[in-house]
Amino acid sequence: MTPEVFRVEQRREEFPGTFTLRIRGERAKNGSPAEFQPGQFNMLYAFGAGEIAISLSGSPRDRDGYVHTIRTHGFVSQALERLQAGDLLGVRGPFGCGWPLSAAKGKEVLIIAGGLGLAPLRPLIYNLLGDTQSVRNIRLFYGARRPDEMLYRDELAQWAGSMEIVQSVDHGDADWAGHIGVITGPLAGAELDPQNTVAFLCGPEVMMRFCIQTLTAKAVPESAIYLSMERNMKCATGHCGHCQWGPNFVCKDGPVFNFAGVQSWFNIRAL
Amino acid sequence: MCEFVLQAEHLEKLIQVIRGEGYQMLGPVLRDGAIVYDQITTTQDLPRGWSDSQEKGFYRVEPGNTGAYFGYAVGPTSWKKFLQLPQRQVWRAQKTDDGLDFVQIVEEAPALAFLGIRSCELHAIGIQDRVFVDDQFCNEDYAHRRDRVLMIAVNCTSPAATCFCTSMNTGPEVTANTDLALTEVINDEEHYFLIASESYRGGQILQQLPLTPAAERHLKAAESAVQSAVYKMEQGPRSLDRAGVKDLLYRNYESPAWDLVAERCLSCANCTMACPTCFCSDVQDTTDLSGEHAERWERWDSCFTGDFSYITGGSVRPDTRSRYRQWMTHKLATWHDQFGSSGCVGCGRCITWCPVGIDITEEVQRIQAMETAL
Ligand code: SF4
Ligand code: SF4
Ligand code: FES
Repeated sequence: MTPEVFRVEQRREEFPGTFTLRIRGERAKNGSPAEFQPGQFNMLYAFGAGEIAISLSGSPRDRDGYVHTIRTHGFVSQALERLQAGDLLGVRGPFGCGWPLSAAKGKEVLIIAGGLGLAPLRPLIYNLLGDTQSVRNIRLFYGARRPDEMLYRDELAQWAGSMEIVQSVDHGDADWAGHIGVITGPLAGAELDPQNTVAFLCGPEVMMRFCIQTLTAKAVPESAIYLSMERNMKCATGHCGHCQWGPNFVCKDGPVFNFAGVQSWFNIRAL
Repeated sequence: MCEFVLQAEHLEKLIQVIRGEGYQMLGPVLRDGAIVYDQITTTQDLPRGWSDSQEKGFYRVEPGNTGAYFGYAVGPTSWKKFLQLPQRQVWRAQKTDDGLDFVQIVEEAPALAFLGIRSCELHAIGIQDRVFVDDQFCNEDYAHRRDRVLMIAVNCTSPAATCFCTSMNTGPEVTANTDLALTEVINDEEHYFLIASESYRGGQILQQLPLTPAAERHLKAAESAVQSAVYKMEQGPRSLDRAGVKDLLYRNYESPAWDLVAERCLSCANCTMACPTCFCSDVQDTTDLSGEHAERWERWDSCFTGDFSYITGGSVRPDTRSRYRQWMTHKLATWHDQFGSSGCVGCGRCITWCPVGIDITEEVQRIQAMETAL
């Protein structure tokens, strides 16, 4: 499978080492790139350097291009970081199973994000905010290391009008008025109707582990919890074997899983 | 199915008829002290009269006591290397004045004939078919190569001590799709093959051979040659509880047996390279000096390397314990949930080619014994 050629339309620095690219297909069929579901990912190719899996973080209703938020971590992301508006890259995708929007119907929705984990949840937030009548309410619990390492700060301020947002940082600064400490603190204190709640989680595994413990302690059923997993991915098509997690291929069976279905795997270390 | 007798001296004719149909013939050859699969053009290339001796971490070819053409078990290579190439270019990319071009590399798949493929190996190919062709996505390169292969299977009459195909229900008798199936019968008076076609292509080839109808005694002799292989494995040192192993492993992710095997395993990846079903691959992206051209290559990879599971923050499987556990549990347990069958066909290659003699069947038994002891 060869990549499609895309061009960077806009590059935005979220904070040092993390940036967002808006990209547009060069010769996309019918003018639009393939549609995606919130929670899916693309394989982004930086010329000569290689390819990495990056979640889609733009709006699924925006049919002109894709948005990706990327943290500079390895060789490929460093090459992607050097891309400026007008530069070219390769894209394969979208791949994987995303967040099940239907599971949110009529429910109290908890969106729980840690660090960069907000990126794959943003398309879900866009969809939910575009149809707020379909759910009872939406709450976002967002934890980051520092106030200046929070993603999408302008949007967070806008969203605050339509949903409750609880933010927490590990280390505050002089201006920080929110919570300090792990996000499980405010989550544990939240009032919720466990039988009518659905939770969508994305963040580091330890953070998800503690949040799930907090949720189940509040009697949220395992089957009402969805999480997005990260594993090494080379092919995204179930062929390279790298993303295996027990019997699951994170690239095609995930990255979003229902916790009830993967609970036994989630508890095994170094799986 | 109609069976015929092909006298051993006409094996040459079989090879030449198939080559005449435009196939490139691959089969067993003796090379550097091992029987491997490579190009053959005549029966002279076959390791006639050779046998092998295999044990944990041990392999020797030795003269057999008959002049049989197929008197040995499987060697270090498998047919995998002709279908899932050890390395292949996937695409190349080129910068142009105003853009970027990706060109998929489509190699014309050669028409290959696999001579002497064993039942366990047919099953292994079937397993890879389910990964690369029948799953959600299709690996087109594999699918094209696979489509053009003519299979000439041989019922196995010379299993090694490392073989346990009877436990895995994959042999020694051919029980998977093939074009032709042969059984070699050799004794003081006679040397012939019982031959049957199992496909249209196989039938076309049979028509061109000097055959005689098989009599009852031919069928009996062939049957008893295969039965003696079954007997040899049943009396042999190895077996595996196929029905119970998936649940056993699912119950034992934290067995102390993993620590014991990790003390011996070198994480060298030999077992994964030798295994006919292991399908993992990695990709490599390169550019030339001008920076205008780039290539993507795919290569065999192994779950025993540290890079294999690398994500932000390090390897998910940082130690040999978790890597051996991943490998064995994948083969024998999770594979069932992923692709509807075991990932192991009982060929014994991983046992023979492990430099420290780790034996998958023994490791299963150790887990079982430790579970019972707890
Ligand atoms: S795991 Fe070992 S015995 Fe089983 S198919 Fe692979 S190499 Fe053969
Ligand atoms: S089991 Fe043996 S062959 Fe496989 S990685 Fe360990 S030492 Fe190498
Ligand atoms: S990324 Fe290759 S199998 Fe999932």
